[in-house]
Amino acid sequence: MKADSLPTPRRWSAAGRSNRNRGLFLAGLLLVLGLLSALSVGVGTRDVALADVLAGLGGRLDSIGQAAVAVRIPRTALALLAGAALGLAGAIMQGVTRNPLADPGILGVNMGASLAVVVGVAWFDIASAQAYIWTAILGAGGAAVFVYVIGSLGRGGATPLKLALAGAATSVAFSSMVIAVVLPRNDIAGGIRSWQIGGVGGATFERILPVLPFLAAGFAIGLLSARKLNSLALGDELAAGLGERVALARAVASLGAILLCGATTAVCGPIGFLGLVVPHLSRLLVGVDHRWLLPFSAIGGACLLLAADIVGRIVARPAELDVGIVTAFIGAPFFIWIVRHQRVREL
Amino acid sequence: MTTVSSTLGRIVDGRQRRKSRWLFVIAVLLVLAAAIFALTLVLGQSFTPPGDILRMLLGETVPGTSFTVGQLRLPRAVLAALAGLSFGMGGVAFQIMLRNPLASPDIIGISSGASAAAVFAIVVLSMNGPAVSVVAVVAGLGVALMVYGLSFRNGVAGTRLILVGIGVSAMLESFIAYILSQAPAWSLQEAMRWLTGSLNGAQLGQALPLLVALALFGGLLLHKARDLDALRLGDDMAAALGVRVGQPRVVVMIAAVGMIASATAATGPIAFVAFLSGPIAARIVGNSGSLLLPSALVGAVLVLAGDYAGQFLLPSRYPVGVVTGALGAPYLIFLIIRVNRSGGSL
Repeated sequence: MKADSLPTPRRWSAAGRSNRNRGLFLAGLLLVLGLLSALSVGVGTRDVALADVLAGLGGRLDSIGQAAVAVRIPRTALALLAGAALGLAGAIMQGVTRNPLADPGILGVNMGASLAVVVGVAWFDIASAQAYIWTAILGAGGAAVFVYVIGSLGRGGATPLKLALAGAATSVAFSSMVIAVVLPRNDIAGGIRSWQIGGVGGATFERILPVLPFLAAGFAIGLLSARKLNSLALGDELAAGLGERVALARAVASLGAILLCGATTAVCGPIGFLGLVVPHLSRLLVGVDHRWLLPFSAIGGACLLLAADIVGRIVARPAELDVGIVTAFIGAPFFIWIVRHQRVREL
Repeated sequence: MTTVSSTLGRIVDGRQRRKSRWLFVIAVLLVLAAAIFALTLVLGQSFTPPGDILRMLLGETVPGTSFTVGQLRLPRAVLAALAGLSFGMGGVAFQIMLRNPLASPDIIGISSGASAAAVFAIVVLSMNGPAVSVVAVVAGLGVALMVYGLSFRNGVAGTRLILVGIGVSAMLESFIAYILSQAPAWSLQEAMRWLTGSLNGAQLGQALPLLVALALFGGLLLHKARDLDALRLGDDMAAALGVRVGQPRVVVMIAAVGMIASATAATGPIAFVAFLSGPIAARIVGNSGSLLLPSALVGAVLVLAGDYAGQFLLPSRYPVGVVTGALGAPYLIFLIIRVNRSGGSL
């Protein structure tokens, strides 16, 4: 029996989802994404007239408004990429750990990447973009393994609550260490906030370019492991019985998530809670089939991060609010709601 | 007959031994705190003769000393000691009441709540002085109730309370970051104070509300010490021992939040002091007596020593919260590992 001829698991989608409905949702979501991208270029601290926006999109730099648009374009691109990466990573992590509370922020993975970069900059003088990214990915991987090992000690293995607690505690601990490492360095202490709270402000294409290959690899691995995640969702025994190499499947999918988190954190800093919210909302739309869930989470993540970034630019005028602050505002109540209401068991 | 009297003798003996051990621990901690306090006064960037300090404390104006000690070191040391006492006692009260070392106010969001309220009061409402403390205490109580209420579902399970608290504290920290971004002048100093706690720029005037809160709420807690110790054994056992479980819990919570919040309003949420003091005190004291006073003293020692180390012993100057944070972080991870390994449900 081939794995792909299995019926999709339907615990969440009671009535089942026809592919036509999912297609409609997908089209709708893409439309929202387009609208938000347009908004993200058009809206900001400075009001820019529509003509200037269009001229700026055409690459002209004649007025301040057009210059503002030229700054907003890479920012929008980064928000799209980072949001998609974190949304997808969250969905993968929830699938791999079968844990509704999994999120790159809550499990400490983003903070691990952040700490690694900070240590690298402060103590080992890393400077090149490539070095940043590799260090961040190493940190993300180290943190992921660390949290998983701690969370799965003792009776019952890696239960959602234990894992979330281990992750949150590790995250708090890492965040405290980031301050301790950065503070004595006057040259980088000013940027201390950006290594604790992520943001997409100040993005340039030069900064985005080096992470693209890593993100591409992460997206590819992530999206291709959809079928394996579907098998894992049936439980380890059943998945193994269906011929899935469980440990390998977990490791490969996690590698994808780690690449995505590490690369994103290397450019944006740690952004939390996005990877928690998006997969849950996507699941409501398209059900639990990862072949749909993963792409939806990616697009949904891009939408949410763009929206959060736009909100962050508007609410604190003339200052800006880092997008990590906004996502925490949206995501933390959601986290509490899950802890409270859902029977926090394996997905 | 002889066996009974010898058993009785052993009990009396043991009780006395525990009592004297407890007193010994208190004495040692007092001496330690006093020693660091004195060190903070005498030795900073420069050495000040103790004689000069004594004369200054007695009201004379001593050139130089009146400024360095009177204006800089003394307020700092006094505030450190008071804040440490408050954090230590308030923290351990929470840990005992919820029977979980992780349920300390700085992890479940009460310190961040007080901190957020204090920042809001100072930056947005332009308040200062005792009013800030009052706002912080009220907000701390509000957050405590909120966390408790949100995690209430057929009783409050420890893990759920902690996770809800972590979520709440993530939100509150975002709120602090938001307020700080709205502040007219964003300074790293101020931000550090409200995020990890710092004694930079301490003034003697800040100490008074803190002292009042400490006397009031600390007295209340010590008054309830016996009930609290019974609560350590579990609600059922405490009830069997004649403690009305509900009532002391409310009083303890108000008092503990009051202490934590007023200390936070003065120094910011000094990271992990509330979390560390209780377990350290428990390790030293064993089961020889109440944890409240030892934990308060441990808190004072931690803050005094942390601030001194942050100022003078480390290669560069750190706010005290960073030092205690760096101490507390590994312990937090260690605690999670130990609890998971022992198979406890937390």
